[in-house]
Amino acid sequence: MSWVTKTLNSTLGRKLVMALTGLFLILFLTGHVSGNLLLFKGDGGRAFNEYAKFMTTNPAILILSYLTYISILGHVVYSILLTSYNKKARPINYAVNRPETNSSWSSRNMGILGTIILVFLVVHLQGFWAKMHWGDIPYVTYDGQEYKDLYSVVVFAFRQEWLVALYVIAMGFLAFHLSHGFASAFQTLGLNHRKYSPAIEMIGKIYAIGVPIIFASMPVYLYFTSLK
Amino acid sequence: MILDSKIPAGPLAEKWTKHKFNMKLVNPANKRKYDIIVVGTGLAGASAAASLAELGYNVKAFCFQDSPRRAHSIAAQGGINAAKNYQNDGDSIYRLFYDTVKGGDYRAREANVYRLAEVSVNIIDQCVAQGVPFAREYGGLLANRSFGGAQVSRTFYARGQTGQQLLLGAYSALSRQVANGKVKLYPRTEMMDVVKIDGKARGIITRNLVTGAIESHSAHAVLLCTGGYGNVFFLSTNAMGSNVTAAWRAHKKGAYFANPCFTQIHPTCIPVSGDHQSKLTLMSESLRNDGRVWVPATVELSEKLRKGEIKANDIKEDDRDYFLERKYPSFGNLVPRDVASRNAKYVCDEGRGVNETGEAVFLDFRDAIQRDGEDTIRSKYGNLFDMYQQITGDNPYQGPMMIYPAVHYTMGGLWVDYNLMTTVPGLYALGEANFSDHGANRLGASALMQGLADGYFVIPYTVGDYLAQNTIERISEDHPEFQRAEAEIKERVEKLIRIKGEKSVDHFHKRLGKIMWNYCGMARNSDGLSKAKTMIKELKEEFWTNVRVLGSAEELNLSLEKANRVADFIELGELMIDDALAREESCGGHFREEYQTEEGEALRDDENFAYVAAWKYLGEGKEEELNKEPLEFENVKLTQRSYK
Amino acid sequence: MDLTLKIWRQKNRADKGGFKEYKIGGISADMSFLEMLDVLNEDLSEKGEDPVHFDHDCREGICGMCSLHINGKPHGPQQTTTCQLHMRSFKDGDTISIEPWRASAFPILKDLVVDRSAFDRIIQAGGYVSVNTGGVPDANEIPIPKVMADEAFDAATCIGCGACVAACKNASAMLFTSAKISQLAMLPQGQVERKDRAEKMVAQMDAEGFGACTNTGACSAECPKGISLTNIARMNREYFSAVVSSNNV
Repeated sequence: MSWVTKTLNSTLGRKLVMALTGLFLILFLTGHVSGNLLLFKGDGGRAFNEYAKFMTTNPAILILSYLTYISILGHVVYSILLTSYNKKARPINYAVNRPETNSSWSSRNMGILGTIILVFLVVHLQGFWAKMHWGDIPYVTYDGQEYKDLYSVVVFAFRQEWLVALYVIAMGFLAFHLSHGFASAFQTLGLNHRKYSPAIEMIGKIYAIGVPIIFASMPVYLYFTSLK
Repeated sequence: MILDSKIPAGPLAEKWTKHKFNMKLVNPANKRKYDIIVVGTGLAGASAAASLAELGYNVKAFCFQDSPRRAHSIAAQGGINAAKNYQNDGDSIYRLFYDTVKGGDYRAREANVYRLAEVSVNIIDQCVAQGVPFAREYGGLLANRSFGGAQVSRTFYARGQTGQQLLLGAYSALSRQVANGKVKLYPRTEMMDVVKIDGKARGIITRNLVTGAIESHSAHAVLLCTGGYGNVFFLSTNAMGSNVTAAWRAHKKGAYFANPCFTQIHPTCIPVSGDHQSKLTLMSESLRNDGRVWVPATVELSEKLRKGEIKANDIKEDDRDYFLERKYPSFGNLVPRDVASRNAKYVCDEGRGVNETGEAVFLDFRDAIQRDGEDTIRSKYGNLFDMYQQITGDNPYQGPMMIYPAVHYTMGGLWVDYNLMTTVPGLYALGEANFSDHGANRLGASALMQGLADGYFVIPYTVGDYLAQNTIERISEDHPEFQRAEAEIKERVEKLIRIKGEKSVDHFHKRLGKIMWNYCGMARNSDGLSKAKTMIKELKEEFWTNVRVLGSAEELNLSLEKANRVADFIELGELMIDDALAREESCGGHFREEYQTEEGEALRDDENFAYVAAWKYLGEGKEEELNKEPLEFENVKLTQRSYK
Repeated sequence: MDLTLKIWRQKNRADKGGFKEYKIGGISADMSFLEMLDVLNEDLSEKGEDPVHFDHDCREGICGMCSLHINGKPHGPQQTTTCQLHMRSFKDGDTISIEPWRASAFPILKDLVVDRSAFDRIIQAGGYVSVNTGGVPDANEIPIPKVMADEAFDAATCIGCGACVAACKNASAMLFTSAKISQLAMLPQGQVERKDRAEKMVAQMDAEGFGACTNTGACSAECPKGISLTNIARMNREYFSAVVSSNNV
């Protein structure tokens, strides 16, 4: 084995993959949430559609998007590897166990949270991302240029109460996942310092609550505007 | 046999240097042809095993615990002395030597103690190089404190966990040699016997504590680093597993046992709370720097306290007897360990003890807290106060602590010469297991020093000298002597299981402890000792007919392990009593009530008792033979200690 | 007080093992937890039953030999060692469950006794400074800032009991391993072998079959000596920088 594969197969190396992919996905989420704020613009979706076109055609963004796919894949594959490895380290569990007295629920259930988020992600990607890329989608024309009208797809989708509910609930899980994942990634990378770690913790908590709330507010907002 | 201490000739300060030069050396290429057994992995054992392996010898290291890092050296709190004179306060090798001989009440060998003081400075260098995190000043240099009433600051420390840090240092050096393949570790293995061939120690018999297998190990030399025997008292500050078995078996194979009655009773331990008590916990002696020791002035008040009718804080200042301050105005609460302990016993014997059992005195921080504030006291003693509260459930910031003396250290041990060799050639004893450096009383922060001095800096030279003069030939473990010893041990183990009596092992151990504590403890007298001797003989007989050991010999069996150890403790107890009876004087930890000054202080008899009492085992049921090694003092003047 | 004890009994490594229930009476609040088990064992001895085997030695919280998973927590309800846990933490009529540490790297030898020699092997992989006896510089030739010395000391107070492994949902030994790597990484004496040490100790830790870290913090919360999680971060840092810059291909 070369030193690279040896490192990536070590417990610390696997954790490194989880942390790096996790942090990249956090970066992606930040971009995603900022772009999607255009849904609130109230311009009939023009800005959002223009943004959507830019995101699917710009070559730089293309590279970033491939990195995102790799990150998702890496994050999932390595979490499966780690989980099965960790299970082997304790084949017989305690009959009586009170982990709630020494650690937070989300830190102990990142796997479950991640699985739920993954299921949501499949629904989410199928509903919008796949449609945008290969689906049957209406077109609009701004200033003589044709755009895929993703905005109407979104607006139409969020007229369905169950889907809105699903999104809101999923964002709740995302919040728990992030509440541990954010600071944990820094810890794994060894970025722990008595001066900066409290700030990282704080930013992590704000991020974990703020970003999912903004995301969740989008379907809710669209649903209520569709009622008018 | 005439005891030859092999002390080199010449001036005190040059003895060790000259001796090192005169010793024979083993050719570096030949070292790998020698095997050395080290029993015990505390400070002495781990440091010896590591140092010898570094030199190239093949070492086998044994311990009964699950890891070498558990040895009881780990529990030492206070610190380690060294004559570095980093504080520029007048310390020197000579002063450390002088203090140690005087503190030992002039019952230690001058040459050994001088060597100890001499190598003490190397110990600190060695430990720092290993990464031991000693306390430091803001400038980055090492910090020192004064300890146990010493007038210079020569104690190096790592908060209240110096023993732990030093042991982990030695353990790391040992681990490195395990990785190098020069040390083979045998944890959870107990030494059962020494094997002698042609009059020399050539191996040991062990019992694997997990499988019960009895095994032979052959070597060119055997080092016993097996600690002290304080657990003969059942209750002591020793670990539960600390035992005398290795030393005792060596004794029965011809190693003389020296000064067995010299035991140190530490004054500041947490008192016994009931019959269920399994061990005693020491609190650092530094507490006496600020705490004031007292009991109620009258028996009536003490009785009320014991019944719970009044609390300590209800007792008025005039009704408190600060007995140490009253009797020793100049040293007050800081009198040496033996004096403080004995006086606590006296007031409790008068009926003025303060807890339910009547065996406790107060150690009060009220005045210190008023004077310096609670925060200052917390910063000095916080961890000790917490420990006290954890164990007793009482808050020592609000009311006084209760303390009582407890057995802490045994100065006696296997007799060794200047080379640390016992009377059996090739068999060595290091650390607390030998008798050599502390005389009749050990000074604070000197135990760690001695363990490491023996292991790091003495034995690597002296073992080489022996090996160079002896055969390089290995002896097979199939040798009839090994076979015979194995068979004997198997028979002994089977015998213990076969008894199938009525009483548990602990039952006998507790009874032995009571006898020893009552008659051979802080104060001894001829009548009591004679009575105790009869009691122990009876106890021994009862043990071998009525002890109950459950389970089999071929498994992990705690009651069998204990039975094996307690059987040896009973025999040792008898020897301690013989020794205490024979030493008709008071010195250090040995206080014979018949021999005291008018003020009740220890009265030494240098004319008749300035010797090491080395006992020779003559066989089952026979009285042991007393051999005397006279102590000659050429450099220090013998004086009577006074702390008035 | 009267108690019901549910204790894991297992004859040897190969045995399947199972819980057995015992009633015990006359326990005083001043007893330590292990003294309570001593009483139980005396009772069992009287009845001719094999006593419950458990590891213990110093009984003052420093040797690290005692273990036990008590009522779902390593070393029981308080952040201390089992030997320092006292019965006043329980009340009359309580049922107490007692299990051994559970980890594949800590095989059970008998009842509550487990084999923790994996920890020794991790230290043997590099938890030392390679200096031979003698030939070292004067102690004061190596000045160390007090804060560093204190922090190294905090890491060095690990007693190797294994509560971190027992508490971790992944049975990870990161806190133990990182405490030693940290101590020596912070001190000048440890610099020479710094990279090698981090690589080798982590490799040994993995080889022993301990799990990975999920940063739950359970290890530190249950550590009787309060070893901090910052040590794990430091170990990660040491390890990553070692693998990218060392000469070990």
